[in-house]
Amino acid sequence: MSIRERLSGNEAVATAMKQIDPDVFAAFPITPSTEIPQYFAQYVADGKVGTEFVTVDSEHSSMSACIGAESAGCRAITATSSAGLAYMYEVLYVAASARQPVTLACVNRALTGPININCDHSDSMGARDAGWIQIYAENNQEAYDNYLQAMRIGEHPEVRLPVMICQDGFITSHGVENILLEETEAVKEFVGEYKPENYLLKKENPMAVGAYDVTQYYMEHKVQQAEAMKNAKQVILDVAADFEAKFGRKYGFFEEYQMEDAEYAIVLIGSTAGTCKVAIDKLRAEGHKVGLVKIRVFRPFPAEELAQALSKCKAVAVLDRSEGFNACGGPLGAETRNACYDLENRPKIINIVYGLGGRDCAVEDAEKIYHHLEKIVATGVTGPVYFHMGQRDLREEVL
Amino acid sequence: MIQAKDINFNSAWQEMTPGGEIYEGGTAAQTITGEWRANVPAFLEDKCKQCLLCVPFCPDASIPVVDGKRVDFDFDHCKGCGICYKVCPFGAITFGKEEK
Repeated sequence: MSIRERLSGNEAVATAMKQIDPDVFAAFPITPSTEIPQYFAQYVADGKVGTEFVTVDSEHSSMSACIGAESAGCRAITATSSAGLAYMYEVLYVAASARQPVTLACVNRALTGPININCDHSDSMGARDAGWIQIYAENNQEAYDNYLQAMRIGEHPEVRLPVMICQDGFITSHGVENILLEETEAVKEFVGEYKPENYLLKKENPMAVGAYDVTQYYMEHKVQQAEAMKNAKQVILDVAADFEAKFGRKYGFFEEYQMEDAEYAIVLIGSTAGTCKVAIDKLRAEGHKVGLVKIRVFRPFPAEELAQALSKCKAVAVLDRSEGFNACGGPLGAETRNACYDLENRPKIINIVYGLGGRDCAVEDAEKIYHHLEKIVATGVTGPVYFHMGQRDLREEVL
Repeated sequence: MIQAKDINFNSAWQEMTPGGEIYEGGTAAQTITGEWRANVPAFLEDKCKQCLLCVPFCPDASIPVVDGKRVDFDFDHCKGCGICYKVCPFGAITFGKEEK
């Protein structure tokens, strides 16, 4: 039986961690993820978990400790945000290349500078090519559910990759919402024990991890990682199917909202999906054929599946909550346009960067985007394909 | 389980261990790394008093000891750093550019 509760996103993830009771938690605090190690420290002090709680000097060290613990054969976790994730940059790649399935709870916050503590996705998007699986949540329920699925995906022998479970800073991490928790026994049974085939503490075969690769070996190991990321797609779906069978909540690579007959769609990541759904309900009531694709799994990127989901649309707006500074769009925009390139009848695609540093996105903003998409199709003029929304601007507004 | 001796420059990625893990000890002996060397030490056996000071100073375990006595260098692994030449109290090790 599920348990009805009211929790913030941080509490939800900390609760999942408590229920899983991992071997090692390497902790260094940073807003807005600080509450996660804070709650967990209380569980340790209260004897509710058997976890070795390692307080380290930096995020570079917390990720390094996790890699060491995973290499030794332990299940290791950490949590971070923003500059903390940026400080891990070097070792994020080591976790992935050493194929150590660390689980990282990322509470998305803008990167400095200017220094800012509020939500955008620039931190985890900056790590998008580090070889980590990235799964994003719309709300606290999804953050909890994604966390419960993370280890089975990352630890799967065909995958063996670290996993980042992302949620929007403050909006999700500190917003208290209703949530369904699962019984700890059921969670433990679902997640299972971590049983790697080889690990440093296995005395039968002394082992080396992280050896130097000369040119003649490096590329083969990178191909292994690329293949593992491809393998992760099926494992993510299998784990989601088992999760649905056990707990009744359905997950995939993305959620499609009113996409069945949608001609105008928004593609986005995270909590803005809730805002967008309200706009869709309103516009649908007025007869507009509008829908939403909310990306849950960004790495591996579900390119073929997304293209299929958008194949019947006339116009699509991809919303990026981070800048790429490539002068032509954000990361989700680039992925989506790439995914749609092979479609026979491509929709018109525009890319809007919004919500940086916690800038609000309202229902009216989503409505404006849908009306803009309708105008693009009605006039046959796409106009700018990359622009920003929500900033004070002396130029004429695109939307 | 794939062993280090079975991995070489002809191995396909499918024939290699995940992440380059090595599942046994002492495999460095299988990899010839002496070819990096630019300078080379030479062992003058007649001047050597077998004090064995050079052996622990060698950063690469390239001075083999047999029956309590050091023998000639393991040139498959010696990198030519010259530390042994510096520490030898008896001038029993010379050091110079390697002719290849």
